[in-house]
Amino acid sequence: MESFPKKVSRVTYRVSRFTFYVLFLLLALASAKTASAQQPTPSDDEVNAIARQLYCPVCENTPLDVCPTQACAQWRDLIRQMLAEGKSADEIKQYFVENYGARVLSEPPRTGLNWLVYILPPVAFLAGAYILYRAFRSWRALGKQASAQEGSEVPLAGDEYVARLEEELRKRE
Amino acid sequence: MIADFGYGVIVVTFLLALFSVGAAVYGALAKSYRWAESARRAMLLTFPLVTIASFTLIYLLATGHYELEYVYSVTSNSMPMYLKITALWGGQAGSLLFWSWLMSAFASAVTLRKWERDREFLPWVIVVSSVTLAFFLALTIFFEDPFARWWQTASGEVAAMFRPAGAVPLMPSDGQGLNPLLRHPGMIIHPPMLYLGFVSFVIPYAFAMAALITGRTDDRWIRITRRWTLVAWLFLSLGLVLGARWAYDVLGWGGYWGWDPVEIAAFMPWLTGTAFLHSVMIQEKRGMLKQWNMLLIILTYDLVIFGTFLTRSGVLSSVHAFAQSAIGPLFFAFIGLTLVSSVSLLVYRWNDLKAEVEMKSMLSREALFLLNNLLFMGVLIVCFWGVIFPLISELVTNQKVTVGPPFYERATAPLFGALMLLMGIAPLSAWGHSTFKTLGRAVWKPALVAALVVVAIFVAGIHNAVALIGFGLVALVIFVTLYEFWRGAMARHRRTGENFVTALWRLAGRNRRRYGGYLIHISMVLMAIGILGMQVFQTETQGTIPQGGSLALAGYTVTFDSVAQFDTAGGRNVTRAVVSVYKGDQYLGDFHPRRDYYYESGQPMTIPGVRSTLADDLYVILVDWQPISAIGATFKVYHNSLVNWLWIGSLVFIFGTLVAAWPEKVTSGG
Repeated sequence: MESFPKKVSRVTYRVSRFTFYVLFLLLALASAKTASAQQPTPSDDEVNAIARQLYCPVCENTPLDVCPTQACAQWRDLIRQMLAEGKSADEIKQYFVENYGARVLSEPPRTGLNWLVYILPPVAFLAGAYILYRAFRSWRALGKQASAQEGSEVPLAGDEYVARLEEELRKRE
Repeated sequence: MIADFGYGVIVVTFLLALFSVGAAVYGALAKSYRWAESARRAMLLTFPLVTIASFTLIYLLATGHYELEYVYSVTSNSMPMYLKITALWGGQAGSLLFWSWLMSAFASAVTLRKWERDREFLPWVIVVSSVTLAFFLALTIFFEDPFARWWQTASGEVAAMFRPAGAVPLMPSDGQGLNPLLRHPGMIIHPPMLYLGFVSFVIPYAFAMAALITGRTDDRWIRITRRWTLVAWLFLSLGLVLGARWAYDVLGWGGYWGWDPVEIAAFMPWLTGTAFLHSVMIQEKRGMLKQWNMLLIILTYDLVIFGTFLTRSGVLSSVHAFAQSAIGPLFFAFIGLTLVSSVSLLVYRWNDLKAEVEMKSMLSREALFLLNNLLFMGVLIVCFWGVIFPLISELVTNQKVTVGPPFYERATAPLFGALMLLMGIAPLSAWGHSTFKTLGRAVWKPALVAALVVVAIFVAGIHNAVALIGFGLVALVIFVTLYEFWRGAMARHRRTGENFVTALWRLAGRNRRRYGGYLIHISMVLMAIGILGMQVFQTETQGTIPQGGSLALAGYTVTFDSVAQFDTAGGRNVTRAVVSVYKGDQYLGDFHPRRDYYYESGQPMTIPGVRSTLADDLYVILVDWQPISAIGATFKVYHNSLVNWLWIGSLVFIFGTLVAAWPEKVTSGG
């Protein structure tokens, strides 16, 4: 089977549409043979439930269920066709990945280099949190030293917030 | 020729900007007032000049000079006048000129202020502004010239400013027209707002650099730019919200935010800007975090340039990347240069920026603000990494991948939740010192009421964990904030004997920044209501129905009455359906979802029929239709719960930011 061109320009788009029609025809023929195994036509909602998890292979960053182009309408028909043949959601997604590459998935598959996309942000966040924690500790140590030199701190009065606010108000007036 | 005139003006402005950089540097180093003044005047002159160039382009756009490539590519005879004019920012070349226009305007406005107390900043502010301006003008002159003409050469059509050898000028009688997705009244306001936000963040950055270069590293630069930064932030926020609204109204996918790289590009400087607005307060109150604030404003500046680059270079194709060209490497180099030089300066001054006092408690206001900064940086890392990872993947493994909404939602949801929790706690903690006891005493009452709200929601039948936590946090923030207003007003009332309303009014009036900030907190959680509603409760259905047939969703019934197809102004073919909508048995009215097809570009545009209430929106899209047949038409119906609170929150947000930014009487102090 032909793989989908990497760079999409108008020309390759047409080519890809052509490949698509060929694929579609082959699939239609194949399914005609197994017509006896067909189930009742899947509803639009069932189709969209799968299309939502896939990304339009030509218009970037558009989920397949909402993409208004003709090509996407045909891809949705393809999903319907495959559902009617009794294929599972995973099998359909797998079919699209094999034919159009991993980019049709809404997230990178969890393999190889792609793990980086999932690992780096939490690691960076935890590193930031750790640095902040260390900074807190050293600041607090310094603060304690300073207050030990200045003598003990004044204990805080009953409703500390209101006291503080009133003090602020006094300063302003 | 008018186009040559416009181009000439840009070239002159570019030279002037370069002169002002040189004169300002010399004036500052040689301590020559005359040279600095000369740089200032050159800077001031750039604004009228870029204005002339911009109006020249607007004139060419409005009068259909299709012999210019830019005019040809973004306008056509059938476009209404307002779109022809706003096509100034409808494509790449024009957008860059528009950027320069705003840059020169802001730089001029800043140089016009009184400079007595901080005269040593002036030349360096001019240098940073002029370098930025010169960069964008250079892009316009050498790479993305909006005044370039079409020429017919032996090898085909080319766009160039000057006649290539043996070329014949082309005079098309009509243009391609603007991308249909951009033909919307939102076009008037969304891009300029975003750009206003982008460009105005250059000014606080310029002051930060001036402070670093001159060694005046106290918080003077922050005090000067505080209001300016707040207004920049307001514009950027409005740009984001207007973009969301536009998407909701015309993109026809039932949502407002798709984690598209270009949306994220505008969101990233907002994240660092918001962190900055919070952490400068620590510097003002406690003299801490000077280095961090410098780093935040440097990041914001470079993310602004990066954001402009993402939309303009086409390196990340997305629904927004209507403008693509080869200026990517230049943006990359400029970002690299400014980042390296700014950070080097920061490192050079590192010791001058040491804190004046130290932190005493992990629950103090400043400690919680730091936590807030950590969370914003966490969201930033997720966004930045998600945006650039597809490029890395393509470079390294030659595999294209999509990093889509599920990734961002999963990664950022806990961070946003934690930010909401902080919004509920931090206002009650004290500067300098807080303990669990003092904080607990302040928080328990609002927290109890919020817990009751959660119980009520649970009893009402909502058992979704995200919704319960989310609405609980929303309730906490609202009660804490109202409690703050109430306690403040009561304290005033007790002290001054004013009645409660007067006390509240004066309280907010005398500390606009704090209470404006609280209003912004409320607006954020109102928006969160809308976002939670969409994330958790949105439902949809799609079906093909014959005339008279119905689709049912969430208690609504949508009945298909008719569909008509006709040509209309603007070169469109409109397919417009009429559906009647019922809630239960009650007739709510007719919707007119439609699909516009643009002949020139061959692109469709989906416009939903929407009914909006505080509880929910019903959103109907015409997906497909058969002209004359019994099959009927295909509709998609979305039930969008609570989404209106997103827009209501935005209005409260504008109000809150204006309160915070409104000038206080000089006597009442900061």
